[in-house]
Amino acid sequence: MDKQTAKIVARRKLEDRIFNALGIFCTLVALSTLALLLGDLLVTGLSRIDWQFLTSFPSRKAERSGILSSWVGSLVVMCVTGCTAVPLGIAAGVYMEEYGRKGRINTIIEVNIANLAGVPSIIYGLMALGIFVYYLGLGQSVLAGGLTLAVLILPIVIVSTREALRTVPVQIREAAYALGASKWQVISHHLLRYSLGGISTGVIIAISRAIGETAPLITIGALTFIAFLPTSPLAEPFPEHLTDWLHSPFAVLPIQMFNWTSRPTEDFHRNAAAAGIILIAVTLSLNAVAIFVRHRVRRHIKW
Amino acid sequence: MPPCKAEVKKLSFFYGTMQALHQIDLPLADKHVTALVGPSGCGKSTLLRCFNRIHDLYPNTRYDGEIILYPSGANIVDKSIDPIEMRMRIGMVFQKPNPFPKSIFENVAYGLRLKGITNKTELKDRVEVALTSTAIWEEIKDRLNKSAYELSGGQQQRLCIARAVAAEPEMLLMDEPCSALDPIASAKIEDLIRELRKKYAVLIVTHNMQQASRASDYTAFMYLGRLVEFGTTTDIFTNPKSKETEDYVTGRFG
Repeated sequence: MDKQTAKIVARRKLEDRIFNALGIFCTLVALSTLALLLGDLLVTGLSRIDWQFLTSFPSRKAERSGILSSWVGSLVVMCVTGCTAVPLGIAAGVYMEEYGRKGRINTIIEVNIANLAGVPSIIYGLMALGIFVYYLGLGQSVLAGGLTLAVLILPIVIVSTREALRTVPVQIREAAYALGASKWQVISHHLLRYSLGGISTGVIIAISRAIGETAPLITIGALTFIAFLPTSPLAEPFPEHLTDWLHSPFAVLPIQMFNWTSRPTEDFHRNAAAAGIILIAVTLSLNAVAIFVRHRVRRHIKW
Repeated sequence: MPPCKAEVKKLSFFYGTMQALHQIDLPLADKHVTALVGPSGCGKSTLLRCFNRIHDLYPNTRYDGEIILYPSGANIVDKSIDPIEMRMRIGMVFQKPNPFPKSIFENVAYGLRLKGITNKTELKDRVEVALTSTAIWEEIKDRLNKSAYELSGGQQQRLCIARAVAAEPEMLLMDEPCSALDPIASAKIEDLIRELRKKYAVLIVTHNMQQASRASDYTAFMYLGRLVEFGTTTDIFTNPKSKETEDYVTGRFG
């Protein structure tokens, strides 16, 4: 190797090392920030989490407060969100990918759906305040809150449905059509089944985003302090209260947390940290479920 | 020439404004194998895919002319003919094995289910018949509930053939069925094609001249979207009339 080449090689190696070090540094910055935040939260809040905390309503006394009304609120709101956004989003995704004619209008809709996913969530809150709360007269209810978050995550569900459908190879579609399947049979017997992993990953990620949303729900007037639960749909006399919970006022976990953070005293901050830990735990476990589902489906299907 | 199963008459085909087939005339003998040969891009696959109207899945495609299916005399490419019905009557095997990510049994049973057969015993019997006729039953009878993806490439392709014949179509289309397989698996498929012609009219696209000469009774040579020459396989390979055919089958171009 002559001198010139040796010099170039040495230079390249140095460049490689510099970039490698830079990459490690950046990764560490991101990771340590996260670790610090989590650590701080855990140190402050972990000791506060106990049965009493999970089963008590909020109170003026920090040590008697709990997150019962807000976790139940989060749960019922997610029920409404999931039940509306999932079927609507999947159906819209299937339509756009399989039925809609590929043309200019489809492209415009496609670009706009991608844009919608990037609209700040408070804008959705304002829209929901106008449409759901006032125009449709749903009030500041579980139903209005759930629908607001449903609209918010709809683009995510649609986009992930389309992407999942697109991963099914054209050979599989042709195989099914060649046997005499109709379009709907191809979709229901094959495409939806094989893309279930991708679709459910998208749905779970969307739901875990919705759980953490605060701004749009504050905008539509979710409560920050609530000391009762929605009426159980099974309450006596039986079918009469079946839908009462939909019209009940509600609080959700992040709002409860926000409320506690804004109190001046230290012990309420501990409550906020504890609620934060629970929120993060729920979100992380949803993401873990998404990863698990994806791997499970991938094990059976490889194209 | 023996009785026809189908007859292509003045068939032209367009992808948008691009004309891919020009006025093709081609008879297909029943219970015989007809091979379509020619250089890449000459339109053999396009012609084959007209037979089950699979082009209909894609926008801006247009047929002109006729493919008459006997004995009914229906024109396959006519707009009034339902492509779904045609696809049930004409089976197709693709270039790459493309089993569904389902069990071996469900793969073969799928065409039957589409035809509305739900009786479990009947399904089981007909799946067995199909797998036996494609000479794969003995190899896989103990793992019918396993995923089709656990089979080797050659086995997958025989499974796909079984899937196509399970619903007892009138005719079988094969689009380079051996191009993704090793020579041993290819030989098995070729044996199978010779068996299948006892029951079906088979139309096969192939790039492999030896395969065409071994497995087919009739051969059509296509070039640039036109049918250059059609005749018995022996004639095409030993006594071609056109210079282009001779150059191609002897390996001088293509």
